[in-house]
Amino acid sequence: MLNSSLKELAQALAGKKISSVELTQLYLDRINRLNPAINAYVSTQPERSLAQAKAADARLAAGDAGPLTGIPLAQKDIFCAEGWLTTCGSKMLANFVSPYDATVIQKFDAAGAVNLGKTNMDEFAMGSSNETSFFGPVKNPWDQSRVPGGSSGGSAAAVAARLAPAATGTDTGGSIRQPAALCNLTGLKPTYGVVSRWGMIAFASSLDQAGPMARSAEDCGLLLNAMAGFDPKDSTSLERPVEDYTRELNAPAAAKPLAGLKIGLPKEFFGEGCDAAVMAAIQAAIEQYKALGAEMVEVSLPNMKLSVPAYYVIAPAEASSNLSRFDGVRYGYRAPEYDSLDDMYAKSRAQGFGAEVKRRILIGTYVLSHGYYDAYYLQAQRIRRLIAEDFVAAFKQCDVILGPTSPSTAFKLGDKAGDPVQMYLSDIYTIAVNLAGLPGMSLPCGFAEGLPVGLQLIGNYFDEARLLNVAHRYQQVTDWHGRAPAGLE
Amino acid sequence: MSARNWEVVIGIETHAQLSTQSKIFSGSSTAFGAQPNVQASAVDLALPGVLPVLNRGAVECAIKFGLSIGAEVAAKSVFARKNYFYPDLPKGYQISQFELPVVVGGGVRIQVGQGDKAYEKVVRLTRAHLEEDAGKSLHEDFHGKSGIDLNRAGTPLLEIVTEPDMCSSAEAVAYAKALHALVRWIGICDGNMQEGSFRCDANVSVRRPGEPLGTRREIKNLNSFRFLQQAIDYEIQWQIDTLEDGGKIQQATVLFDPDSGETRVMRTKEDAHDYRYFPDPDLLPLVISREWVERTKATLPELPEAKRQRFMEQLGLSAYDATALTASLEVADYFDAVVTAAGAANAKSAANWVMGELSARLNKEDKDIAASPVSAAQLAGLIARIADNTISNNIAKKVFEALWNGDGASADEVIEKQGLKQITDTGAIEKLVDEVLAANAANVAEYKAGKEKAFNALVGQVMKAAKGKANPQQVNDLLKAKLGG
Repeated sequence: MLNSSLKELAQALAGKKISSVELTQLYLDRINRLNPAINAYVSTQPERSLAQAKAADARLAAGDAGPLTGIPLAQKDIFCAEGWLTTCGSKMLANFVSPYDATVIQKFDAAGAVNLGKTNMDEFAMGSSNETSFFGPVKNPWDQSRVPGGSSGGSAAAVAARLAPAATGTDTGGSIRQPAALCNLTGLKPTYGVVSRWGMIAFASSLDQAGPMARSAEDCGLLLNAMAGFDPKDSTSLERPVEDYTRELNAPAAAKPLAGLKIGLPKEFFGEGCDAAVMAAIQAAIEQYKALGAEMVEVSLPNMKLSVPAYYVIAPAEASSNLSRFDGVRYGYRAPEYDSLDDMYAKSRAQGFGAEVKRRILIGTYVLSHGYYDAYYLQAQRIRRLIAEDFVAAFKQCDVILGPTSPSTAFKLGDKAGDPVQMYLSDIYTIAVNLAGLPGMSLPCGFAEGLPVGLQLIGNYFDEARLLNVAHRYQQVTDWHGRAPAGLE
Repeated sequence: MSARNWEVVIGIETHAQLSTQSKIFSGSSTAFGAQPNVQASAVDLALPGVLPVLNRGAVECAIKFGLSIGAEVAAKSVFARKNYFYPDLPKGYQISQFELPVVVGGGVRIQVGQGDKAYEKVVRLTRAHLEEDAGKSLHEDFHGKSGIDLNRAGTPLLEIVTEPDMCSSAEAVAYAKALHALVRWIGICDGNMQEGSFRCDANVSVRRPGEPLGTRREIKNLNSFRFLQQAIDYEIQWQIDTLEDGGKIQQATVLFDPDSGETRVMRTKEDAHDYRYFPDPDLLPLVISREWVERTKATLPELPEAKRQRFMEQLGLSAYDATALTASLEVADYFDAVVTAAGAANAKSAANWVMGELSARLNKEDKDIAASPVSAAQLAGLIARIADNTISNNIAKKVFEALWNGDGASADEVIEKQGLKQITDTGAIEKLVDEVLAANAANVAEYKAGKEKAFNALVGQVMKAAKGKANPQQVNDLLKAKLGG
């Protein structure tokens, strides 16, 4: 049951082989047993989860079930959920119980999914290793001395350790794709604007996008069907016809199902800076894709080298403003002692935020300051446009772009925690996708010294269905994504 | 030395609260006076994860304003974040517009002074932009702590900025009054200054004629025309005194204390905020189509300037009258209604009545013209009876008084009931004249000796005998004829 796909779970629920209450209990027990070591979840509410499961069972019995009814899911603790602690991995919000639901949470509720709990994450989604969480680091289920990636590290570890069938994540610079790569998951960051940001605590508003983290492309498609859609409460959400993101997956398997597909290989993805073992797995995946009928084309993204510096201007700039609301006045952490208003602000924020968050607030405040705005913020916005134009040009030559997700496999806890720049560079292949607002995904493509390697696929705007199909066809002929870490019983 | 050797330069920024039902970025009500924080939603409280959605109605207010001052309504404008910490600013930033405002340019015509010294001037506007209001900090009744009321947080504001075109407190007040009348005229702001719906900041500097602009100080949050005038006058004198004493003006933001009549420094340039403006990534650029502008144009009432022109060209009113009668939509509507009922030929008479007797009476009883006890139809009826010589101007005042007090439904009814109809029968008047001449031989002798005053006394006697109802022109003519004969 723990290795079943979402489709198989739905069939088991429909066929009364198991009830949602039993399935939810199975996961809650497992979380009880294994979470203390993995630290994937920061909060659970078994009674609420089981009540949702009971309601789902009633819907199943009444024949009113959809593809996700009764299926337990883990929710990244960045999504506000009414009656749930919503901490964003921060001491600042350690006591914050949300009075309202994020649109994503609302949509899963409406679909009849069960909320298993809130997953650990880098504080305010700022990090690539899940080590900046106020609630402690998450352990990679494949090797508990290693990081699961970040910022959606809790969601990644939960799904990898079979503490949830699937989970939500958010991706501002790689926060779904990089932990998916490091934990052997399939994760999708949709086109900016496809999933509503209402109720998702903002890190960098123009880059943040929620998406699914699961064990297969097919599971991701089912989750995205529930998550996506125009939301009048989010002015940046896009008004588009509803689509079935799994529509291409059910075409009959052919000998060369990807015949005619052009895959672009940006030369900038295949130069220096990537571990040889990772690159070997990527090369093997390219061969596999050729066997599936795809044609490889070399493309170029000349400005990609500027993506990390541009990102570390734009994202902190937005973050410095987004995080101003955490001031100790209305909710969240307030310093116990202070002697003036300014002192209350200073102490509450000094004590409530961790080091990485403070670093980014400082950077952001600096780049927006009078006299520096043009040189940093405006310049970074220009680079952002150039990067988007690079992708537009590349997609004239190919249908999807392929490369590594992360330059290395999971690194040791503490290895990069003291070196922000090394940490930032672990997102070197993912950040440009956010700057351009494109959909991107990561899927398992092998192992290096027992650690998962992730393959990144980048699609054109709104090309999620094709992207999922390109991943699915690979997963039909490989079994990397089906592998589970050992020793978790 | 005196103020005569100094030039004063004033620019005004006005925050007008827009009359929308809900807030600019949330669905909460904007009604004034509710219990603290009952009109604060998740968005207004800036809970984690909330997002702003622009209120279309607020944009339409801005379009109306732009159209009414002959400005450019920007096809594309951008909302920006103005970052600073304050407890009544829940997000830690205010959503405003910075580099690209929704309204650019335009001007407001003002009428300054009265009588011979009256003159007109156009105050140019730099821009007007949309933004959200902050909440309120309450410092009383909390035992050493402060309370925060976020009911006002997110109320839509139009910030209207002038060029430094005014050079006296009188011009500043004339501008503020004209702007106040305009925003109410086009229905985008209730103009309630006590409740803070319309508040002005004045930037004041002085210089020697011919010299570059002096350093300015900004007087914040003036919420009455009287305070605006007092604060500017004080500030001008203070700046001149300071400079004449060899001092320098420091750029500063000051507050006016109505009790002392003085301004005091709130902050100087050194501790000014760096607001770190940048485009708000939660909101797309505001795109206003030509078609939207045209549709909004169709909903505007006839604008003050157009009405003013019409009053002058079609009704033959003087510029002074036309300006006074278009000072507010209510006055203009009332006047229009009187003229419609009494006929364009009586427009001058209608203007005199509205600006004279009616206005004086309304002022005396502190009443709004919309609540006038004498309706436009009643006043028109009265004017018609003057025009057709049924009553004289003097008697008309009596009739007006009766209508004001509710002693009759129409002028005709009052005239009939009180027997005020003018005597125009020449025979009847001649009889009265003969009686007066016979009884006042002394006056007649004085007149014949060349004393013009004696003639007036005789007219007065005839009118008295006629209980004021004789037609004055006929009395004059008959008296002259008889005395001359």
